[in-house]
Amino acid sequence: MSYLESNLKTVPTGLRKIFYLNWPLVILLSAVAGFGFLMLYSVAGGDPTTWAEPQMKRFAAGMIAMVIVGFTPIWFWRNISAIAYLIALLLLIAVEFFGDIGMGAQRWLVLGPLRLQPSELMKIALVMFLAAYYDWLDPKRVSRPLWVLIPVAIILVPTFLVLTQPDLGTAVMLVLGGAIVMFAAGVSFWYFGTVAALVVALVFTVMESRGTDWQLLHEYQFKRIDTFLDPSADPLGAGYNITQAQIALGSGGWSGRGYMQGTQSRLNFLPEKHTDFIFTTLAEEFGFVGAFSLLMLYAGIIAFSIHSALINRDRYSSLLTIGIAGTFFLFFAINMAMVMGLMPVVGVPLPLVSYGGTAMMILLAAFGLVQSANIHRPR
Amino acid sequence: MRRSERESLESRSKITRRGLMLGAGQAAIVAVLGLRMRKMQLEQSEQYRMLAEGNSVKIRLIPPARGLIYDRNGVLIAGNEQNYRVTITREDAADVEQLLADLRRLIPLSDEDAADVLAEIRKQPPHAPVLVEDRLSWEEFSRIAVNTPALPGVSPEVGLSRVYPRSFDFAHVVGYVGPVSDYDLSQIENPDPLLRIPKFQLGKLGIEAKMEEVLRGHAGQRRVEVNSAGREMRELDRREGEPGATLQLTLDYRLQNFAHQRLGEESAAAVVMDVTNGDIMAIVSTPSFDPNLFVRGISSADYRSLMQDDHRPMADKSVQGLYPPGSTFKVVTALAALEAGVIGPEETVYCPGHIEMGGRRFHCWKRSGHGRVNVVQSLERSCDVFYYEVAQKVGIDKIAEMAKRLGVGVRHDLPMSAVAEGIAPTKAWKQERYGKEWRIGDTINSSIGQGYVLASPLQLAVMTARVATGRAVAPRLIRSRDGIEEPLAEAAPLGLEEDWLDHIRRGMISVVNGTNGTARGARIVEAGWKMAGKTGTSQVRSAVVDNKSVPWEQRDHALFVCYAPVEAPKYAVALIVEHGGGGSSAAAPIARDILLYALADGLPPLAAYPAEQRGKIKAQQEALDLVDPETVTTTGRSRA
Repeated sequence: MSYLESNLKTVPTGLRKIFYLNWPLVILLSAVAGFGFLMLYSVAGGDPTTWAEPQMKRFAAGMIAMVIVGFTPIWFWRNISAIAYLIALLLLIAVEFFGDIGMGAQRWLVLGPLRLQPSELMKIALVMFLAAYYDWLDPKRVSRPLWVLIPVAIILVPTFLVLTQPDLGTAVMLVLGGAIVMFAAGVSFWYFGTVAALVVALVFTVMESRGTDWQLLHEYQFKRIDTFLDPSADPLGAGYNITQAQIALGSGGWSGRGYMQGTQSRLNFLPEKHTDFIFTTLAEEFGFVGAFSLLMLYAGIIAFSIHSALINRDRYSSLLTIGIAGTFFLFFAINMAMVMGLMPVVGVPLPLVSYGGTAMMILLAAFGLVQSANIHRPR
Repeated sequence: MRRSERESLESRSKITRRGLMLGAGQAAIVAVLGLRMRKMQLEQSEQYRMLAEGNSVKIRLIPPARGLIYDRNGVLIAGNEQNYRVTITREDAADVEQLLADLRRLIPLSDEDAADVLAEIRKQPPHAPVLVEDRLSWEEFSRIAVNTPALPGVSPEVGLSRVYPRSFDFAHVVGYVGPVSDYDLSQIENPDPLLRIPKFQLGKLGIEAKMEEVLRGHAGQRRVEVNSAGREMRELDRREGEPGATLQLTLDYRLQNFAHQRLGEESAAAVVMDVTNGDIMAIVSTPSFDPNLFVRGISSADYRSLMQDDHRPMADKSVQGLYPPGSTFKVVTALAALEAGVIGPEETVYCPGHIEMGGRRFHCWKRSGHGRVNVVQSLERSCDVFYYEVAQKVGIDKIAEMAKRLGVGVRHDLPMSAVAEGIAPTKAWKQERYGKEWRIGDTINSSIGQGYVLASPLQLAVMTARVATGRAVAPRLIRSRDGIEEPLAEAAPLGLEEDWLDHIRRGMISVVNGTNGTARGARIVEAGWKMAGKTGTSQVRSAVVDNKSVPWEQRDHALFVCYAPVEAPKYAVALIVEHGGGGSSAAAPIARDILLYALADGLPPLAAYPAEQRGKIKAQQEALDLVDPETVTTTGRSRA
C-alpha cells in the first residue's frame, strides 16, 4: 500500500481535472508538433496531403488520448502496469512470427486497419512496470543483488526480442530507459559503474567478432559503425546519409535558407528526409535559430516533467514521470546526436516531428500518464 | 503493510536527489547538442554551404564493361569497342534548339534525326542526358570536345559498345545486344538504374539475352561536384563498378567457322557435341546474319531483306527449328522395341515392300522389299516395314518414353533463345492437342520419324551422343565464368542393356560402312576415326516424286546423325539440310566433313576419305573461305 490512498480526498474529480493538467507541458508538446507539421509540409514540397495532414490527424487523436489517459486515476495505471508489460511482451513475441518486414527489419504487427509497432509500446510499458516494481519494493532493498537482478531481467527480455528484429536503436533505448528508472529509484552507483565497464568490454568484443563465424551484429550494423568512425570511408553507400545530413545541417547557418528553401533536402539528397533525418531539413531551412529553439522546446518538456516528478510525493508517479521523460529525452538526444554525426545512425526518429503514427500516438499517451500523475498527485 | 512516515520521506529525498542528478545529466547532454549545433551551423557553416550550394554534389553512374565472351580456346567472340558519342542534357542547356543547331555545324545530322532528338529531349526529364549521335569519328568527337565551353548542356562521352568480330559465325548462338527499349523496361521488375542510361545495351537474343544478368556487371558510382549550371567541376570520389563476368563457351571457333562455311548457302543446321561431357563444340544455323548490324541499329532495308529471305536467316534452325526426324528416329523405335522385348536382337521381320493396315497401305521406301531383316540390317538399309511391324507391338507411348529418354521431345537447358521442346507424341498428347483418338496409322508413321514426331537438330545430336555412350549426356554451352569452371557432373547411365545398344551401334556402323549401307558414300577410311551414323529423309509433301523435279521448298529435308570414332566415341554430329533431298546424298557428306574436322582439329586429311573421292574433296576444301583466328583482331575497332 502506498502513501496515496490516505490523500484521496484532495484529488480533483470530474472535469475539474482539466485545471490540474500540466498546461506548460501541453503547450510545449503542441509547439514541437507544430514544428513537425511545418517540416513535413516543406519536405513534401508544399503538398500537405503527403505527410502533414495525416500527421495532424494523428496528433489530434494523440492529444485526445493524452487527456483520456491523464483523467484516468494514476492508481489504475499503476495497478495495470504489470499487465501492460506482459501484453507488450506478447505482442513483441507475436511480431517475431506474424510481423511485417519493413526496412530490413521485422517490426510491424498488422491488426486489421492498425499497424502497430510493439517495440514502441514496450518503451512505455517497461517504464510503467519498473516504476510499479520499485513502488512495491521496500526502498531499503533496492540495491540488494537479487532485487537488482529482477528489474535487469525485466529490461533484458524485451531488449533481446527487439534485437532479433533487428532494431538496434530501440534496444539501446529500452536498456537506457530502464536504467534511468533504476537510477532514479536509488539503485547503488556501483551497479551502474560495473555495467558501464562491462559495456565497454562488450563493445570491444563485438568489434572483434567482425568477420568471424560468431559475428554478433549484422554486417549493415557494422558498416554503420564504420561509417560513424569515418563517414568519408564510404560516402556513396552507408556514409551517404550522414555526409549529406551534415552538409544540409551545416549549410543552414544562423537563420537558415528560409522556409521551403532547403536545397539539399529538396534535391532528394536525403533518403529518409521525412522520418529519421527530418531534423536536417529543419536545421537547413531555419538555421541555428530554428534548430536551437527546437532543442530548447525539448529541454523545456524534460524540465517541466522532472519538476512535476520531483514535487510529486507518490513514488510510482515520480518514477513513472522520470522514466517517461527519460525515454523522451533519449528519443531526441539520440536522433539529434545521430544526424549531427555525434553517434552512429541507429534509426531513432525525432519525437513528435518525424512522420510516424504509432510512435507519436504512444508518446502522447505516455505524456497522458505524466498528466495523470500530475492531476492525481497527493496535495 | 504501511511504511513509516520517516522511511517514505527518506525514499522521497533519495528520488529527489537522483531526479536532480538525471536532470543535470540530461542538461549536460542538451548543452553538448547545442554546442555541436553552434559549431556546425555558425562556425563551419561557410564550409558546408560551399559544399551544398556553390557546388552541389551529384551522383553519376559508371556503366560497367560488359562481360566478354570467348570460345573454348580463348578466341574472342563478343567484345567491347570504344564508342564516341555526344549527349544533350536539357536542364544544363539554355536554349535546346539553338544548341542543337550549333551542334549540327560541327557534326552532320539529318533533319529527321535532329527532329527525333528534339522530341526525345522534350519527352525525357530535364536532368536525363539524351543521345544525339553515337559512333562519331575521332575528328568529330574532338571538334565537339574543343567547343564544349560554348555548348553548355552538350557532353561528349566515350562509352563502350558491343562488337562481334566473328560476325556471321556466332550470330544465332551468341545473339546480340541492342538499346534498352520501353518494352524491355516494362518486362523487368525493379530494373537496374543502369538500364535507364540512354542507349544502354541489353542482351536481346541468344547467350547475350539469357546470360544478361551475368554479363551486365554492376554499375560504379562517381560523386561529382557540379556548379549551379550543372557543369561538372571535379570528381570527389568514385567507386568502380564490377565488370560483367567473362564467359568461356564450349564452342570451338574454328570448327564453328568450318561448319558454317561447309553448309554454305544451304538452309541448314548442324550441331557438334562432345559425347564424353556434353560440350557443344559447334552449333550452326545457315544462312546467318551480321549481329553487328543490330548493335548499331539495323536499317529498315537490311531488316526487310533478312525477313523476306525464304531461307530464314533470323531463325535458329539448330535449336528452334523442328523437323520430322525421319529415319534417324528409327534408333528410338528400335531401342523401344528391344526394351519392350517385342523383338530379340537377332530376330527378323519379313519386309515385302509394304504392309496393309486399316485399309491403308504403308510402303517401305524400297518398293520391292528387303526380305528378312533383323535390327542391325533394318538400320543399315533403313527398312521401313521392320519398324511398322515392331512399333505396332511396342505401342506409341513406349516409343515416346524412349524418345524422351534419349533427349528427343524434351527442352534442353541451354542459354539460347527459343530452345524448342519438340514433340514425342503419345495417345494422351493427341487427345489433348487435337481432341482425336490415336490411330494405329499414327504409330506406323511415328515409328519412322514422320507424322507428329518433331525434333530439333540439337535433340538429334543429344540422341546420338546418348546412343554412342549409353549415358544421359546433357548439352552445355558455358565452360567457365570468370575463369571458374562450371561444374560438370558425370552423366547417369540410361539404364539400357549394353547388348541392345551394341546392336543399334552395329546397325549405325553398317549404315556408313556396310555393303548395303545407305550412307556408304560418306564413310571414313582412316582406321582410328571410323564413323557410325543414320540417314534420314523427311517428307515435306505426301506424293512420292523425284526431288529434282519439284520446287526447292517442296523437296524433302535431308538429315544425318553420326558419331566417331566407333571404338571410343568422341564427337556426335546432327545435321539437317532443309529441302536438301536425300539424307545420304545431301546431309551425310557434310556431316562427315564436320565430324572429321572435329576429330582432326583442323582441315581433315585427305587420307581419311575413300580414294575415289579425294580429288573432289580437295577441290571442295580449297573453295572454302575459312577465317584464320590469328588474322582477326581481337581488340576494339573504331570508325576512324
